[in-house]
Amino acid sequence: MMDALHILSFGKGGWGAALLLASGVTLSLSVLGFLLGAVFGAVAAGGRLSSKRLSCWLAKGYGTVFRGVPDLLTIYLLYYGGSIALTQIGKFFGGAGFVGLPAFATGVLAIGIISGAYQAEVYRGAYLAVDHGQFDACKALGLSRLQSLRLVIGPQLMRHALPGLGNVWQLVLKDSALISVIGLVELMRQAQIGAGSMREPFVFYVAAGTLYFVIAAATASVFRYSEARAWRGMARA
Amino acid sequence: MIDFAFFVEIIPTLLSGLPLTLQLAGWSISIGFVLALLLALAQQGTHRILVWPIRSFVAIFRGTPLLVQIFLIYYGLGQFRPSLQAAGLWWVFREPYWCAVIALSLNTAAYGSEILRGAIQGVPRGLAEAASAFGMSRLLTLRLVILPLALRQAIPSYSNEIILMIKGTSLASIITLMEVTGIAQGLISQTYRAVEVFVAAGAIYLTINFTLISVLNALETWLTPYRARA
Repeated sequence: MMDALHILSFGKGGWGAALLLASGVTLSLSVLGFLLGAVFGAVAAGGRLSSKRLSCWLAKGYGTVFRGVPDLLTIYLLYYGGSIALTQIGKFFGGAGFVGLPAFATGVLAIGIISGAYQAEVYRGAYLAVDHGQFDACKALGLSRLQSLRLVIGPQLMRHALPGLGNVWQLVLKDSALISVIGLVELMRQAQIGAGSMREPFVFYVAAGTLYFVIAAATASVFRYSEARAWRGMARA
Repeated sequence: MIDFAFFVEIIPTLLSGLPLTLQLAGWSISIGFVLALLLALAQQGTHRILVWPIRSFVAIFRGTPLLVQIFLIYYGLGQFRPSLQAAGLWWVFREPYWCAVIALSLNTAAYGSEILRGAIQGVPRGLAEAASAFGMSRLLTLRLVILPLALRQAIPSYSNEIILMIKGTSLASIITLMEVTGIAQGLISQTYRAVEVFVAAGAIYLTINFTLISVLNALETWLTPYRARA
């Protein structure tokens, strides 16, 4: 037990600082990926709700593929596919050898694409949950489409979207561990490195699990707070 | 532009991983379901000694990444080899196959128990009261009244969980099991044709998911004939 405490300490020979730093990488990777996913998700939700058949079909396809295919496979596609494309471009400009895609950017993109597929469903459901009278009221006030979305529908939509978004966020946080397979030193990878060099896999994976758990719990309270804020002034059953 | 010959070449290779994917999914979904049901039922009671550890188990497995769970069971428990050997359990934890099955089962049991717990609580109280008024025992009420309704209610949510498990089996490739995703990764790094391999492997997963969803939807329709007729 003393051994474990020593390994995870912050002093000399301790891995505490490295693990905390890696948690920071995990958190920033997840936050950026989630935000990128919000953009993809909003666009896809717009596509699903649109009356144009092509955009509806494309958005549906995006959702079906990236929610149905293992995330690991998507990550491999982006990492290898991107690197191969980059190598080709490198060759074109006279470069030689394999050019790897930066792991952090690939990770953000992968999480963005995957979580976007899930977020699209949340936004779509939330949009449909907004009372129809609000749309009529916007028209009566002469608001433009963008104005009504920004000033009237958006804020109300977020009320319905937040619980779903909280679930997607938890999914994102746990998915971010998969980015370790392309060599990004985030929490999971750092734990693997530590486990390998100290030959104490149990201690390191328990530590990593605990840190994920703490991040998940802490960020869940952010969502709870936002939800309470979004519903302020509204009577709730 | 599309190289059909290449697809014809890689699809049989990818399909050779399908039995492993289906086996891992089959084992973990079945074991996980039985565990989930037991955990959900145990939480219906008010025994704190029983409920509290289950709640913690569920919170831990839902709050940490599946990859951490797999590594903890495969590599982490490997550290306790002498004790596991003494307990006669080493043959289980030595095999990446069983470690993956254990991790996936426990993971889906945690998520599944929450789904089933909600579904059991959603059964109207009056039905259980009516059953007890008929003089049915608690076990009989559970078997004939509560569970049939609760399980039917749980089908849509549980379908999602099953799809997540199919996707989850891909993580077994990280602990050396060459199922579809593992083979796909090997193919990509050999052929440098990420898009084609992704399309082929993705199609396999989508086919599995589509088949499962159709079966589960059919099951739900069959169990709710009054709703289907409307």
